[in-house]
Amino acid sequence: MATVTLDGIGHAYGRAQTEADYALKPLHHVWEQGRAYALLGPSGCGKTTLLNIISGLVIPSHGRLLFDGRDMTRVPTERRNIAQVFQFPVVYDTMTVAENLGFPLRNRGMDRRQTAARVGEVAAMLGLVPDLNRRARGLTADAKQKISLGRGLVRPDVAAVLFDEPLTVIDPALKWELRSKLKAVHRALDLLMIYVTHDQTEALTFADQVMVMNEGRVLQVGTPAELFEAPAHTFVGYFIGSPGMNLLPAQVEGREAAVDRHRVPLGAAYPALADGRVQIGIRPEYATLSRTGGLPVQVQRIEDLGRRRLARVMLGAHPLVVTAPPDLSVNGAEAFVRLDPASLHVFADDRRVPGGAA
Amino acid sequence: MMDKPISNRAWFLVVPVMAFVLFSSLIPMMTVVNYSVQDSMGQNSFFWNGSEWFQHLFDPATDIGGRFSRALVRNLFFSGVVLLIEVPLGILVALCIPKRGWAVGAVLVSMALPMLIPWNVVGTIWQVFARADIGLLGAALTGAGIPFNNTQDPLSAWSTVVVMDVWHWTSMVALLCYAGLKAIPDAFYQAARIDGAGRWSVFRNIELPKLRRVLVIAVLLRFMESFMIYTEPAVVTGGGPGEATSFLSLDLVKIALGQVDLGNAAAMSLVYNLITLTLCWVFFTTMTQLDARGSA
Amino acid sequence: MTRRIVLALYLLVLALPIYWLVNMSFKDNVEITSTLSFWPHRPTLEHYAHIFQDPAWYGGFLNSLSYVALNTVISVVIALPAAYAFSRYRFLGDKHLFFWLLSNLMAPPAVYAMPFFNLYSAVGLFDTVWAVALAHCLFNVPLAVWILEGFMSGVPREIDETAALDGYSFPRFFFRIFVPLIANGIGVAAFFCFMFSWVEQLLATTLTTVNAKPFVAVMTRTYSAAGMDWGLLAAAGVLTMIPGAVVIWFVRNNIAKGFALGRV
Repeated sequence: MATVTLDGIGHAYGRAQTEADYALKPLHHVWEQGRAYALLGPSGCGKTTLLNIISGLVIPSHGRLLFDGRDMTRVPTERRNIAQVFQFPVVYDTMTVAENLGFPLRNRGMDRRQTAARVGEVAAMLGLVPDLNRRARGLTADAKQKISLGRGLVRPDVAAVLFDEPLTVIDPALKWELRSKLKAVHRALDLLMIYVTHDQTEALTFADQVMVMNEGRVLQVGTPAELFEAPAHTFVGYFIGSPGMNLLPAQVEGREAAVDRHRVPLGAAYPALADGRVQIGIRPEYATLSRTGGLPVQVQRIEDLGRRRLARVMLGAHPLVVTAPPDLSVNGAEAFVRLDPASLHVFADDRRVPGGAA
Repeated sequence: MMDKPISNRAWFLVVPVMAFVLFSSLIPMMTVVNYSVQDSMGQNSFFWNGSEWFQHLFDPATDIGGRFSRALVRNLFFSGVVLLIEVPLGILVALCIPKRGWAVGAVLVSMALPMLIPWNVVGTIWQVFARADIGLLGAALTGAGIPFNNTQDPLSAWSTVVVMDVWHWTSMVALLCYAGLKAIPDAFYQAARIDGAGRWSVFRNIELPKLRRVLVIAVLLRFMESFMIYTEPAVVTGGGPGEATSFLSLDLVKIALGQVDLGNAAAMSLVYNLITLTLCWVFFTTMTQLDARGSA
Repeated sequence: MTRRIVLALYLLVLALPIYWLVNMSFKDNVEITSTLSFWPHRPTLEHYAHIFQDPAWYGGFLNSLSYVALNTVISVVIALPAAYAFSRYRFLGDKHLFFWLLSNLMAPPAVYAMPFFNLYSAVGLFDTVWAVALAHCLFNVPLAVWILEGFMSGVPREIDETAALDGYSFPRFFFRIFVPLIANGIGVAAFFCFMFSWVEQLLATTLTTVNAKPFVAVMTRTYSAAGMDWGLLAAAGVLTMIPGAVVIWFVRNNIAKGFALGRV
């Protein structure tokens, strides 16, 4: 149980000369005791490096790592009191499930009786009780991953539990079950949990706070709602949501943006953004297809997703994905799109520009 | 493996190999079987001799039977000793080879070097190395006050042959184990560190179970080779002193090519071959069954 | 750190006997028999010169190389189709045949020495490099089949099917597409055939007398004559290590893959 502080943590494999050499660019952050966090980003964005820095498998080339204020940067893994669950299930083949779960406790000198009691608790929590006396070797991938999970949770005094894409090899049908198990475990135990994934659903359902990363940089830290409603970076807008945010090159002045020759009203006033690349962004959920009124578009295709319908349209040369209302039918390719001004965001050089009241 | 199509036309692809095996395995074996049931009066005249050669061979009271049983025991003991040394030593060495880096290639190649030396040259190397007058090992041992003489002292001869085999073949066990170790994903080691496992525990619970498969192969190969050993001891000790290091192959070659005692040699060949096959089969099935039970 | 020391010690123990032989090969016989020196005090190339000037010696070397090369080519070429059959099809008696093949690996060469002598005399191949090359196929063909089968099973069968759909005839598919895919495996198989043929001595000396005498057999000449010519023996020994060292250097990366398959 601890609060983890990243104090200027950064890492470069080899010598860092320019910023591009960093696998993880230096960052400051505090992870609070008892909460659940997710690190979200595409493969190679540095999230696993960050996780390995916390568990001590990687020693960062820059900065300090603090657990409850104590410097742990160079403390070896085995003395950090960290639990980690890996992408591929790691089980000790020759041991039974119970021995697997008790392994971290026995290694730390806990006696047999206490270990058995604790193993029983964790097994009950994960639904592993019927398998306790079986050999771990012949089990299915999801049962093995439950064991790895259990080994992470079995130590009562653990500082933090780290998950490195733990559901990658799990059957989609079972992902739900394991994910809700995890959530339940987090509620039951007062632990700091950090969850690395490239799957936004996993991140958004699991975590209180999500840290979105790309190319070794932390782009935004926020609640799932914040990431959705106010992405701080075009990457966040695009990466979160399905499909991602529409981005259009534009000129912005005051409460109005110009896309090619079309005028788009904005929900707030912006200073003149002359230099750099300016874009406006809107999520498909807030752009509606209509027969009259709004921006004129060419409809290319309407996809029926069951719960909702999405239309792929062209605004001049720019592709957009918008919501098609259930009762709407379009004759031919000509149609219009209404953009909700309050949900329009302005980005300058990919960073979100906050709007003013003026 | 299960969904391979059945096609007897595949036999055409196997024909060359079949022809070859028939020529270089079956025909010679038939010759041996032929000799084993006949006796010769010289001048290529043979007559039926029934199972007499085999009766001699299995009766330790006869000269040939005694020789055979002593050589067999000696050979089994030798295989046991070299396996007991080479397998643990090979595992230990494999654990010490770095997993990556520039040195790996060089280390592996230099380790493999003894295996690429013709076997009689291996014998020559150790014959020279162990001589008290001109060899480093022999001279060092004699200098340290340890009586050492390959040609007179059976213990010296035995230790030389065993050390030579360890020198020659431990690398093979090590290389096989190294390949097995490299196949273990890093996550296992990382998980073990996080679980607070010590070095021994990592070996016992992660490395050894994953090495099982390659160890089966290593033990099998080493057993086979050591049970068939001929050239190296033939050069170093010639089977002596007396018959102290006279293993099965050495004895067989002496009888067949030295004394041209075809009947005895043929009977011995057949029995020797059968023992090898049976032992390998027993080894292989027990080990794979242990393996299968472990995974069930 | 301990690991480095253990490894270094092991390599030292491996190297020492070899070094001693190399060391001896550069000494003259007086120095060899009179002093124990760690390096040649009067280095000489006389033994090597002798070997390169005596046709019996370098002829032996050429004999060895030619039967080893012949054997390697024969083994790999006839093992290729068989390995393909074993890796791709089930057919009548396939398992029995495979085990029967492998059982040849376990047969002691000493058992075959005498019948081979008769067989190759009967067919008139005795004392030719062909006899030795064919005799070594006894264990090299099964070995090559085993190694190649392992590599071939690693190639997905969809490749064969796609090629058939694209209208490749079997031979064209096999040589143009399949063989390049398992080039690694062929390298490994060839290496092991080379190695086992090169190191074998019993059959090689039994099947030859004069014309096809292998290098390792020529080495026995140093035992006779006026006492022991240690320097010459050492130089000959050193020369026999070179082909193996050269070959393994070229295939060092493939070997690791072969070992990883457990097929060696």
